[in-house]
Amino acid sequence: MPVRVQTEDFDAGRELAALRSGDCSVGAVAAFIGTVRDVNADASVSSMTLEHYPGMTEKALSDIVAEAKARWDIVDALVIHRVGALKPADQIVLVGVTSAHRGEAFAACEFIIDYLKTRAPFWKKEDTAAGARWVDARTSDDDAAARWQNPAKPAT
Amino acid sequence: MRDNAGTTVSLVYLARLRETFGAASERAEIPPGVNNVGSLRAWLATRGGAWATELAPGRAVRVAVNHDLAGADTPIADGDEVALFPPVTGG
Repeated sequence: MPVRVQTEDFDAGRELAALRSGDCSVGAVAAFIGTVRDVNADASVSSMTLEHYPGMTEKALSDIVAEAKARWDIVDALVIHRVGALKPADQIVLVGVTSAHRGEAFAACEFIIDYLKTRAPFWKKEDTAAGARWVDARTSDDDAAARWQNPAKPAT
Repeated sequence: MRDNAGTTVSLVYLARLRETFGAASERAEIPPGVNNVGSLRAWLATRGGAWATELAPGRAVRVAVNHDLAGADTPIADGDEVALFPPVTGG
């Protein structure tokens, strides 16, 4: 279960190919890519900086992937998250999940990004015309993560 | 640990809290009775100023003890690394 935190960009196609490389038990690959928007909370965003908590970040991501593997019958999962300076349209995060069938891959991929957004120690600081500002957490992200707290209840 | 030894923890401040507290980390000897996340937060708030504002009851502050997310009841022991930070905004 590769988990990486890096300043460099990533090649999603290459990463997903490596994730399923040579494994003929894989019949489905689901992926999520998060990118930088140029507008947030009614302000134009010219650039942003992503900060994290080295030491905890990798552990938090590994724990989330382990939880996904415990909940769904998936083959493997991958998380790459960038830190440092980013511009609009840049890639921020890649989540990839492989499984025999699509249902598990879709569900586990959505679970991983929902939990990442509420549990992994990353923070965004945006540069706008009015100056730099820390991005506020969204209650909608808490709601998205809370959907998964009862594993018997599928997300809708 | 000797019974009369102080309890010393590493405190880590991240993102907005690092800026408002003016420090990324410190080592702090915590007084007797400060033995969990809730009492540590309340003790730090007694420093006043930005500490009192940011750590006031009801303010959204997340805490990790030794790199695991913690609740108010999570115990704190000598040598622990305790990080305080705003709700996360990655992804």
